[in-house]
Amino acid sequence: MPTETGDRSRESEVGRPRPGVGAGHARPAAHLDRAKVGRTPSSARDPLVALFALAAVLLALASSACRQDMHDQPKYIPLRPSDFFADGRSERPLAEGTVARGHLNGDAEYYTGKGPDGQPVEAFPFPVTKDIIERGGQRFDIYCAPCHGRLGDGGGMIVRRGFRRPPSYHIDRLRNAPSGYLYGVISSGFGAMQDYAAQIEPRDRWAIVAYVRALQLSQNASIGDVPPEAREQLEARK
Amino acid sequence: MSQIFHRSANSFARISIFGAVFMLAFLGWIAFEIDRSPWQTRQAQIREQPVPFSHVHHVGDLGLDCRYCHTTVETSSFANIPPTKTCMNCHSQIWSASPTLEPVRASFRTGTSIRWTRVYDLPDFVYFNHSIHVNKGVGCETCHGRVDRMPLTWQEHSLQMSWCLDCHRQPEKYVRPREFVTALGYQPAGDREEIGRRLVKEYGIQDVRTLTSCNTCHR
Ligand code: HEC
Ligand code: HEC
Ligand code: HEC
Ligand code: HEC
Ligand code: HEC
Ligand code: HEC
Repeated sequence: MPTETGDRSRESEVGRPRPGVGAGHARPAAHLDRAKVGRTPSSARDPLVALFALAAVLLALASSACRQDMHDQPKYIPLRPSDFFADGRSERPLAEGTVARGHLNGDAEYYTGKGPDGQPVEAFPFPVTKDIIERGGQRFDIYCAPCHGRLGDGGGMIVRRGFRRPPSYHIDRLRNAPSGYLYGVISSGFGAMQDYAAQIEPRDRWAIVAYVRALQLSQNASIGDVPPEAREQLEARK
Repeated sequence: MSQIFHRSANSFARISIFGAVFMLAFLGWIAFEIDRSPWQTRQAQIREQPVPFSHVHHVGDLGLDCRYCHTTVETSSFANIPPTKTCMNCHSQIWSASPTLEPVRASFRTGTSIRWTRVYDLPDFVYFNHSIHVNKGVGCETCHGRVDRMPLTWQEHSLQMSWCLDCHRQPEKYVRPREFVTALGYQPAGDREEIGRRLVKEYGIQDVRTLTSCNTCHR
């Protein structure tokens, strides 16, 4: 699959050497000595000469291209291009058949949303708390709302600009879909929707699913579902 | 050898020796100003990009959150520049025949990276970390300005040491509640410094001494 990193070139720096100014440049300063050497009867000219020399040196310093070795150290920072590898990337893909430390992802239910039988799981792999739902809501607004809309009805901004309209989350098919199915859509995409595996961590994907569940409940709730003490509040606001 | 200069040339010489001191100071000042000028710090200069990506469209008009693209900004030192795949999430369908976006599609087809030109670039001897700033309530806007008004991204501040220190000495002037870090045009509900002082305490932001000691940023 074609992929990932946008390399960032450092062209801007090559094109524009940053002139250095400062006390670090001892060598040119030594040239000032010429004024002393010339201490002869025609001394009256010397201060002027010295001044011009000084001005020339300072100007040269201010506009010359100094080496910037400490600014641009020969090391890789994220996304810095590399001359060494054919594809120009300093970030290397995993060698085939290897697993990075801490990425065994052994817990299949948690990482794929599917049970041992290959079917999406119903239950959450961890207990859902209010914090999780709030986190899910925040992530949903970042990653899903642009298309699905904040209410999950499928009327997001990108859809208004011409993207295919997704189904509302509040249709029966999706209300009855197991949580593992929703997790699977985020992880592997669905039809016109690309996958969000690279952008969202597994735990956040589950949090988003929890929030979608909450949305589905909220959009199909009646006043009877509201606890009596909160009901008064709602009625008052109406 | 005959006299070339009149006697008065002596006082001229003295004056110019005296003047040289000022001349030196003046040149020093010029050099200092050049060093701090936008020409040198590259502040507010538009950088050419391979694709004319516009935060005005994507953030201002579409209302995308920074983290949709700059995914690692809360968890790592590096904010991340989105891979081509992220653009294709939408541009597989939107403007999918536009010649402007051909470099993006070509990158997706062939798997070669788009080479963006860096806008913000600290020298390699400075250590900077996004996650600490973002998690302690320093908004993107505080450092990067109103990107939603930049058709092409430019560098909002000088990125000089004095700029970092100015905030590290008095973070209460700049911090905002965490939930607003990616918001643009944040207005504090009340007195900024009062809220700031409360947040500095709440988020456990360290004392000025630690934040301004050299090895915080040069390590
Ligand atoms: C770029 C727009 C876009 C974004 C962002 C997006 N989706 Fe979708 N989504 C779609 C479209 C379009 C469809 C319908 C796909 C089709 O039918 O081909 C869809 C379908 C779905 C479905 C229904 C699948 C089915 O069985 O019908 C679910 C569930 C879903 N998306 C969840 C999410 C979640 C969760 C997120 C956030 C992580 C998300 N989507 C982000 C565009 C998007
Ligand atoms: C649709 C994806 C997307 C979104 C959303 C987005 N950006 Fe960007 N951003 C990019 C791309 C692509 C670049 C590289 C091109 C450039 O420099 O303009 C970039 C570059 C930048 C840069 C300059 C990086 C450098 O080269 O040093 C800054 C700063 C930045 N974005 C801040 C933000 C902020 C703040 C937000 C939220 C308000 C945001 N971005 C939202 C895609 C995005
Ligand atoms: C969430 C969806 C989404 C993502 C992600 C996205 N774009 Fe866009 N982009 C759009 C939409 C919608 C438009 C049309 C804007 C309008 O109509 O105002 C657009 C317009 C553009 C344009 C054309 C603007 C013009 O005026 O010519 C460019 C270029 C562009 N995007 C580049 C990119 C790049 C590069 C990326 C990846 C870093 C990217 N986009 C990611 C939705 C997206
Ligand atoms: C305290 C100031 C500060 C804050 C707050 C901040 N940034 Fe940055 N950002 C910087 C500096 C400084 C750089 C240059 C880093 C370098 O050269 O190593 C940078 C670089 C970037 C880059 C280029 C990639 C990189 O990491 O070098 C992007 C993209 C970016 N910032 C986006 C964001 C977004 C989005 C936010 C808000 C969520 C944000 N920044 C908050 C100061 C800040
Ligand atoms: C607008 C305010 C602001 C600006 C500008 C700013 N910082 Fe910070 N910085 C903070 C705050 C607030 C913290 C959090 C301190 C804490 O948690 O104790 C911080 C923390 C840090 C830390 C981590 C300190 C630690 O103890 O590990 C580093 C490193 C750092 N900043 C570097 C920089 C550099 C380099 C720049 C300039 C390019 C910069 N900062 C600009 C506000 C700022
Ligand atoms: C808050 C972060 C921060 C702290 C604290 C800090 N610096 Fe810096 N320093 C920077 C940044 C950013 C630059 C790069 C400035 C530039 O690019 O112009 C820098 C540059 C420098 C330079 C190189 C100047 C040049 O023109 O190349 C020196 C020397 C330096 N710092 C010394 C120190 C010393 C000594 C201390 C402690 C008293 C210190 N710094 C504390 C952020 C910091």
